Amino acid sequence: MTTPTLMDYDEALARFEPVLGIETHIELGTASKMFCGCPTTFGADPNTQVCPVCLGLPGALPVTNHAAIEGIIKIGLALNCEIVEWCRFARKNYFYPDMPKNFQISQYDEPLCVDGHLEVEVEGETYRIEIERVHMEEDTGKSLHVGGATGRIQGAEFSLVDYNRAGIPLVEIVTKPIPATGERAPLVARAYATELRELVRSLGVSDVRMEEGSMRCDVNVSLMPRGAAEWGTRTETKNVNSLRSVERSVRSEIERQAGVLADGGRIVQETRHFHEDTGRTTAGRSKEEAQDYRYFPEPDLVPMAPAREWVEELRATLPELPAARRRRVQAEWGLSDLELRDVVNAGAVDLIEATVARGADAGAARKWWMNELSRRATAQGVELAELPITPEQVARVQAMVAAGELNDKLARQVFEGVLAGEGGPDEVVAARGLKVVSDEGELAAVIDEVIAGNAAVADKVRAGKVAAAGALVGAVMKATRGQADAARARELILEKLGAS
Amino acid sequence: MSAITRDEVAHLARLSRLALGDDELDHLAAQLDQIISAVARVQEVAAQDIPPTSHALPLTNVYRADEVRPSLPPDRALAAAPAAQDDRFRVPRILDEEA
Repeated sequence: MTTPTLMDYDEALARFEPVLGIETHIELGTASKMFCGCPTTFGADPNTQVCPVCLGLPGALPVTNHAAIEGIIKIGLALNCEIVEWCRFARKNYFYPDMPKNFQISQYDEPLCVDGHLEVEVEGETYRIEIERVHMEEDTGKSLHVGGATGRIQGAEFSLVDYNRAGIPLVEIVTKPIPATGERAPLVARAYATELRELVRSLGVSDVRMEEGSMRCDVNVSLMPRGAAEWGTRTETKNVNSLRSVERSVRSEIERQAGVLADGGRIVQETRHFHEDTGRTTAGRSKEEAQDYRYFPEPDLVPMAPAREWVEELRATLPELPAARRRRVQAEWGLSDLELRDVVNAGAVDLIEATVARGADAGAARKWWMNELSRRATAQGVELAELPITPEQVARVQAMVAAGELNDKLARQVFEGVLAGEGGPDEVVAARGLKVVSDEGELAAVIDEVIAGNAAVADKVRAGKVAAAGALVGAVMKATRGQADAARARELILEKLGAS
Repeated sequence: MSAITRDEVAHLARLSRLALGDDELDHLAAQLDQIISAVARVQEVAAQDIPPTSHALPLTNVYRADEVRPSLPPDRALAAAPAAQDDRFRVPRILDEEA
């Protein structure tokens, strides 16, 4: 094993042109499995969601889940694919124990959806990613490797397999080769995965959680010398499980392949594994001996011939897709491209929209979610949507601000209270006694006390040093625990000191 | 000309994880050649308007509703496993693979 020499990214891109290809597996969120009635709940105890069909016991026969086919057709339509008029399942034969029956039911030369595309945007430029195919298959079991390298049991060398995941409906989405992305290749790969995730999520057919494995990317990368006509040999980095890793794995693989090629080496067509900790890939299974899965039409399942009427019915049920939605909210909320990008990246579109739907104006809704609440989400290390506050509650706080009952400072205290589990906005306001002091008499009394207690400062203001009034306003706000209207307090102070 | 070569039979055997000796390969290659040749005669009578078929029944679109049905209890699921541990099927480890 020689130590691979990595080439600096900029130099690699100066000399080579990357070509990408991305295969994405998405588990559909059906209640039952693809070919049997076992449940699909994530995180169940091992081998509690298995039956003779998904265990491949003799005599068991699969029957296709209608909702899964509906789901994949929706994905195909949303990706601008053609839904074929007739296709079959195929058996993919192999001997890895993640499938108990020694084959996986998949589709081979007759995928259900073909020839689509998805547009993604990177740094203001649009890339049209061509979709080769979208096909239906079943997920595999999960193996836990024990012993040897893991060292958990000294000298042991075996795997423990849980087949709960085996047979869960799995959609595979394969791009055509993506050329001409240059130095943006890692960003384009990430943008594609992000857009695909948003798209599928909007369809409601999968929860597309990369951290739970319901969306997984295999990223193909090859390099060719700049100006060359022929693509280089590609590697396939398997099971890249976060959007960030998609980007990093492409970058890492470009640096590695460029290093190998520059040293006069050749790229081996192989599967590689991405390591989150190092950000690097290591060699896996070699594809030198071409995988021969001996595909043949699945004899236990009859062909699918989705009626055109059904396909059109499903097309009519498609929701507003993310790209169209972004264009709409950008116009409705009057956002610049940059502001829109920030809102999208923060995962705030749904939240802001729901807040607006409950009566808040778009500017205020965006302000709360993007500033105060984003800051708190970041501090807690959670997604914005995971904060324990609802759009309805944010809209309620904003309604109180709009009515003059709260100022922004008090509103932030309400958010703090809601997030701390002290109840809804009204409860927090009541419990913490938060309300703007609008009673002029009460405010005037506080101001008199503050002036009396800060005679030296007051004298400066009287002498015409208006800027010094800030200290008095601060003291008033402190005395009222932030509940005074600061601007009004300032006016009254200046009035009383004859400096207005 | 033979319909299948001895090398192809050896390749198929490897893919199928069948350990065949030289004698067996000679024997099976000849037999498979005869079988394939016999089946190939069907192609002679198959006209252009007869599509290849993969299924005996003239059916399409057989689906089930997305309804959950009871699974096996784990002990029964694992009953036929050659080895089990921690409610999981225990299998020989395969190197260089990650699920």
